[in-house]
Amino acid sequence: MTATMDNTIINKSLERLRERAAAEGLLDVAYATADSPFGTLLLARTPQGLVRLGLPSEDVGETLADLAGRISPRILEAPGRLDEERRELEAYFEGRRQEFEVPIDWQLSHGFLLRAREGIAAIPYGETRTYADLARGAGNERAVRAAGSACSRNPIPLVVPCHRVVRSDGTPGLYAGGVEMKKRLLEMENQSG
Amino acid sequence: MAELPPFQTLIDEHATEVMAVLRGAVGREGAEDAFQETFLAALRAYPSLREARNLRGWLVTIAHRKAIDLHRARGRAPVPVESVREEAVFDPDPADGEVWRSVAALPPKQRAAVTLRFASDLPHEEIAAALGCSPEAARRSLHEGLKRLRKELA
Repeated sequence: MTATMDNTIINKSLERLRERAAAEGLLDVAYATADSPFGTLLLARTPQGLVRLGLPSEDVGETLADLAGRISPRILEAPGRLDEERRELEAYFEGRRQEFEVPIDWQLSHGFLLRAREGIAAIPYGETRTYADLARGAGNERAVRAAGSACSRNPIPLVVPCHRVVRSDGTPGLYAGGVEMKKRLLEMENQSG
Repeated sequence: MAELPPFQTLIDEHATEVMAVLRGAVGREGAEDAFQETFLAALRAYPSLREARNLRGWLVTIAHRKAIDLHRARGRAPVPVESVREEAVFDPDPADGEVWRSVAALPPKQRAAVTLRFASDLPHEEIAAALGCSPEAARRSLHEGLKRLRKELA
């Protein structure tokens, strides 16, 4: 009883703390979890936009520790700041949404990888490109392997749809969330698209 | 540069304790404000922290500083007298729970003196400054508070 009451007060104070931190520019990374047909996703955003999406196969603690080192340790769980991201993903999984509109923060991508990932973001729903297409689009047609890592180490899978990049022989190729997830995503987009 | 864990980890691990410390130091009324001030100050300073080893101690120190600020503010602008009877204070460590409850039940000055002395290890002069009274009065509050605690916990 007392503990519950105290937790309520603490939660209320934390809610207020998140608001004040954001208002004072002290909330560098806000994160939340979201349900998906594949398991729990981790969403993280900066004031600029969505910066990281962790697939169910990724360890939440490791992902957050990595963001603390690469972006800022001022990281708070703040579900309210990721409402739009969660809504769009939910609609996507239900086949009601084909494009994401939430802003993206590209700060974890640079150079060729950034260009390749921007190329991935432009692949329309229900279509696929090959790793070679991707390399060519990013300005270096021989960089097929690098195009592969633009996908395999994509910080924002799903929203930057690296599952739409497949092998030249038509097989799906690898996926950070597992080949099975990649197949199911492509099937889902084929049916809804 | 120290490898700092995500700030949320500090909240998850220490929020209840910080709240308990502040309850003891400033009472229920001020604790919520002081709690926010504590974590905001911590969040502000966090990236420049050189040392990630004793984050709990660092947070508790900030909490005590915020409690002192609040006592000073109260000294300048007295607030209506708080009810002496407090509801039970929650404490994550059941062994300390009884002590905290008794501390929380002390009259405000005694409660503050006891907490500042033993939780933040302040000397009498600083307790006096924090409470806006003479060192002698601080000593007296501490003495009375301890006497009462001993009786209650005996």
